[in-house]
Amino acid sequence: MFTMLNPRKFYRAVGRKKFLDFFVLTVFLLFFYGPLTNLLMLAFAEIYQYPNLIPQKFGFKWWEFVLSQKTMMSAVGQSFMFAIVTTVFSLLICLPAAYGLARYKFPGRRLVMFSFMLSNAFPKIGLYTSIGIMYYKLNLMGTFLGVVLIHMINTMMFMVWIPCGAFSSVHRQQEEAARDVGAGPFLTFCKVTLPMAVPGIAVACIYTFLGSMDEAQGTLLVGVPQYQTMPVMMYTVISDYNVMAAAVYALAMVIPTIVLLVLLRRYVGPEAIASGFQMK
Amino acid sequence: MAEITTNIKPKLRIIDMTKRYKNGDGVEHINLDVYPGELVTMLGPSGCGKTTILRTIGGFLDIDDGDITIDGQSIALLSPEKRPTAMVFQSYNLWPHMSIYENLAFGMKLRKVPKEQMNQQILEMLKMVGMIGSEKKFPSQLSGGQQQRIAIARSLLLKPEVLLLDEPFSALDAKIRVQMREELIRIQQELGITVVFVTHDQEEAMAISHRIVVMNKGVFEQVGTPIEIYDHPVTRFVADFIGEMNFMETPDGIRAVRPESLSLSRGSQGDLHGHIRTIMVLGHYAEVNVQCGDAVIKCNVQRDQMAGWAVGDEVSLSYTKEQFFATETVE
Ligand SMILES: Nc1ncnc2c1ncn2[C@@H]1O[C@H](COP(=O)(O)OP(=O)(O)OP(=O)(O)O)[C@@H](O)[C@H]1O
Ligand SMILES: [Mg+2]
Repeated sequence: MFTMLNPRKFYRAVGRKKFLDFFVLTVFLLFFYGPLTNLLMLAFAEIYQYPNLIPQKFGFKWWEFVLSQKTMMSAVGQSFMFAIVTTVFSLLICLPAAYGLARYKFPGRRLVMFSFMLSNAFPKIGLYTSIGIMYYKLNLMGTFLGVVLIHMINTMMFMVWIPCGAFSSVHRQQEEAARDVGAGPFLTFCKVTLPMAVPGIAVACIYTFLGSMDEAQGTLLVGVPQYQTMPVMMYTVISDYNVMAAAVYALAMVIPTIVLLVLLRRYVGPEAIASGFQMK
Repeated sequence: MAEITTNIKPKLRIIDMTKRYKNGDGVEHINLDVYPGELVTMLGPSGCGKTTILRTIGGFLDIDDGDITIDGQSIALLSPEKRPTAMVFQSYNLWPHMSIYENLAFGMKLRKVPKEQMNQQILEMLKMVGMIGSEKKFPSQLSGGQQQRIAIARSLLLKPEVLLLDEPFSALDAKIRVQMREELIRIQQELGITVVFVTHDQEEAMAISHRIVVMNKGVFEQVGTPIEIYDHPVTRFVADFIGEMNFMETPDGIRAVRPESLSLSRGSQGDLHGHIRTIMVLGHYAEVNVQCGDAVIKCNVQRDQMAGWAVGDEVSLSYTKEQFFATETVE
């Protein structure tokens, strides 16, 4: 059995093609899961000193430390709060825009579509600085709305592009058939267009939600000290050089992501995402 | 409907209607009366404006001029949901996220049909279109032909004054298409519903219509029963578009003769003379191409009359029926 661990024997046994596949897969797994494994080890380590590859002692010490901090719970609460409000606001603002962009072919349409990417193309910190100046003038500094708006800047692209793709894939005839049998424009949208676009919209919501959960730079700039979300707290923890506490934070932040993805795995396929990124 | 008399009021009237798209395409000064229980087909090549007219009736296009009435009431300003019309498109009629039952019930619920009555009517309609048992399925689980049946059923359930069908069978296989058209005739006769049908398939139009409107480039070339249009085409376009036709140039105009109106004989007493180029036996008849001077004339001859003829034979042709288009009416 252990003779198989000899690479040369292994190569002979499985053949060149398979060996290459195996090699690539191994590299991929190490690259992808290596850091994650390290993170896991860090989070559950109690004693972990440099020359050792594996922690000397595992335990929940750092979890206790993190969970016992008063700010932690409030950060979790705030993160969810901002993520939910950002998602709802983006839905309300971006869905009509996405529908318009999907249905009406006006001149300059592509330019409008593209403009949603601009906020993601510029160096963020420059953008935030200028927004900060505006915020001071508008008294938005340190306000809830201010933080939500910063979060929305980052996620608008998803909320416009992906639902736009989803709306485009609803055929005109299907809407017209609904009008034909007696539904007005609004009812047609609610009963036919929207339900058919739901998979795409769900994907966009996930992106928006996770994007908001993950946002740190902007919140740090316009929200602190009134608002401290989880990623903002992580900045503080990391700057205290407490690696293990940081790992616990990181894991705690991954949990909602995983829960969301599992709940909505039916919708989150490569096709659903890709359909949103076609410039139709 | 040759026996229509003046005291029957038209169900649908299109009165001097004009619809222009921004790019200048469209239809102009369209006039058409469709009588109750009549199946009128708009027939013409691609891009001639059939869909445009149908969509103005259904309310999906605003008209620029003229009027459209149903039972004497103008519907020109009503939105589609307010019109007593029902439309079936070429494809994508059904809503994929709803079951067949929900698809059929959607419009009826909006009309507040009581549940008992609705269930019963849906069952009856499914029986009529031969789709009993599909209530719980979803559109993606049906074939193209089955989906079109459901789409027609959905329209009929709303008891429209006029049923509008825009090439409903053109995405289907030839065999299913023929079957569907037979069923449409049966349903139309059973319900006595008024239908405007659009197709670019002249055979389909001939098979199902009481009257045919032959269109070309946004105008009506001829309106008449299938027989009138076949036997007495008023323009060269109609003669060419409907069925097969031989055109023979003469100094004062063009003579048009259908292949089946020609008969072959030996000797020199016929109207035309030439020699046989090809003989193709196509079932119960044979298609014979005869070279007469520069022109090739196509004749359809019964199989039993083909005995003794061979390629290269000298032949004289005579015909019983012809159409004559004087030079000024030639486009
Ligand atoms: N939305 C539109 N905008 C501009 N022009 C249009 C539009 N829809 C149709 N047209 C033009 O109007 C003319 C008539 O189109 P229409 O769709 O009525 O033709 P059709 O007879 O139904 O053809 P087909 O058999 O291909 O369906 C065509 O020249 C077409 O290019
Ligand atoms: Mg058409």
